[in-house]
Amino acid sequence: MTMNKFINKLLKNKPLIVLIITSVVVSVLNPRFSTWGNILTILRQTSINAVIATGMTFAILIGGIDLSVGSVLGFCGAIAATMIASGTNVFIVVITALLLGTAIGFLNGTLVTAGRLQPFIATLGTVTLLRGIIMVFTQGRPVSTGNTDASAFFGKIGGGFIGPIPVPVYIMLLVFIAAYYILNHTRIGRYVYASGSNEEATIYSGINTNKVKLFVYSVSGMMAALAGILVTARLGSAQPNAGVGYELDAIAAVVLGGTSMAGGIGTIAGTAIGALIIGVLNNALNLMQVSSYYQDVAKGIVILIAVLLDRKQKLLR
Amino acid sequence: MKKILSLALVALIVLSLMAGCSNNKPANNGKSEVKTIGLAISTLNNPFFVDLEAGAKAKAAELNVKLVTLDSQDDSATEMSNVEDLINQGVDVIMINPTDSDAVKSAVEAANKANIPVITLDRGANGGTVVSHIASDNVAGGKLAGEYIVELLGGKGKVVELEGIPGASAARDRGEGFNSAIAGTDLKVVAKQTANFDRAQGLTVMENILQAQPEIDAVFAHNDEMALGALEAIKASGRNTLVVGFDATDDAKAAVAKGEMAATVEQLPKEIGSLGIQTAVKVLNGEKVENMIPVNLQLVKK
Repeated sequence: MTMNKFINKLLKNKPLIVLIITSVVVSVLNPRFSTWGNILTILRQTSINAVIATGMTFAILIGGIDLSVGSVLGFCGAIAATMIASGTNVFIVVITALLLGTAIGFLNGTLVTAGRLQPFIATLGTVTLLRGIIMVFTQGRPVSTGNTDASAFFGKIGGGFIGPIPVPVYIMLLVFIAAYYILNHTRIGRYVYASGSNEEATIYSGINTNKVKLFVYSVSGMMAALAGILVTARLGSAQPNAGVGYELDAIAAVVLGGTSMAGGIGTIAGTAIGALIIGVLNNALNLMQVSSYYQDVAKGIVILIAVLLDRKQKLLR
Repeated sequence: MKKILSLALVALIVLSLMAGCSNNKPANNGKSEVKTIGLAISTLNNPFFVDLEAGAKAKAAELNVKLVTLDSQDDSATEMSNVEDLINQGVDVIMINPTDSDAVKSAVEAANKANIPVITLDRGANGGTVVSHIASDNVAGGKLAGEYIVELLGGKGKVVELEGIPGASAARDRGEGFNSAIAGTDLKVVAKQTANFDRAQGLTVMENILQAQPEIDAVFAHNDEMALGALEAIKASGRNTLVVGFDATDDAKAAVAKGEMAATVEQLPKEIGSLGIQTAVKVLNGEKVENMIPVNLQLVKK
């Protein structure tokens, strides 16, 4: 019994162990890795994926998935850039983009619940649909936020600093804290875990799991929109192909963080660590001048190991 | 016990992965003689840019500098991260082949802030300070095509110009070079219309021109896609006209080899990469460099 407890504890910290080992090894191999400036760079680079992965954690916790996040990011980014360029107030732009993302997420949720589609299929549809709409909307060309005061202020969201810390890092931390609070200290959070572990039992205990799903996909859409704002603000321009493939990094972060693809098990802290592992890997492989072809090989191996361990964890239960 | 074993396995794999990848140990802290040049390339998934990188690599080996290439995978956010990583790594010069001229601005500014000189390759940057921009000389390429048509037609005849997307710099420059080459000869441009660099539009625009013009001796298209579209229209009409394109795509080169197209203008990506390294080394030696360095092109003919 005590042995089991010990093992469980160790397993819970597994992502952290991977992160620490990776960081230590890299700092030994390349002293530049552990400089303050580089650590801030990693945190800023991680923030975009971390925000998306937080929303993805909700989707995966209920046993679903949201493949549309990259397209939502691109779409909301393009809308935000267009509005900034036309001189709209920055706060209105941010709120509009977030609401838009939430609405798209709600649509995904509706397809999954009322439409009774598999989440994979439903969001696979929206990923293509939205990318098409982005292309129509932008005519395939990047949308610049322009050179006004408003665009400079908007740019601070992605590129600015408060004290020594980049703004996106604060946003990432706020997102983590909010998600942690929702999942652990609210009723809806417990419903998320419940419907992910055993949907039927949850329904029989009188909980409307459809509402839970609508909530979860709305959160995921909103987080993708927030990431879209961060990317667009950082680059000062919205690219029509922004966010292509980002869902894969987000899923990888969630899975690396120990969340089970079957739903029901997982934590936001895990996802935060998972996103950091990917951020550290990307940065470290660059610092160590590994060819980009090999970088993908390395990342693939790490993800596979994580998934294999996830499988073992479930067998243990 | 099994769990602990699996943990140890993870540790081992991560360790060996890292060790295996670091074939070049960071001996460059402190005083190293070999300078490092970073290259953030838009994509390594396109033969043009793979050639560009190969040219840079070869020149770097020749001039004894170290080249670090990071692949932006056609994603501006990845490009931003890559440039940040190059800055943190402390490279001496950063060469950027931007994914997009607008979106690269923040990356260039980040390098400026770190006092690392920036050179742009192939595509320019619409912001920040760039010490030099190296790209194909589209004006010279257009001229090359024009001169070849003049030569083939003996300095006399009627030509059609299919233009690229209005306002695009490539369209403007290629057209300018072509028109300067035929100026002063007895070649007359009887029709000049845009087909937006598009093959299907090249076909329909050329069909219309063929209807309107009873006599056409040659067509110059600002890219191969339009040239190939025009070629289809000409074939269907049963008339005989020289077609010269631009870019030397595989399709166009095949058409030239078959004798269907007269020629196509080829860019030299390896030359762009190689000149990039030469310029970076000049910057490192404190020499003055031109802020715009054009790279020559060559004509592909049968």
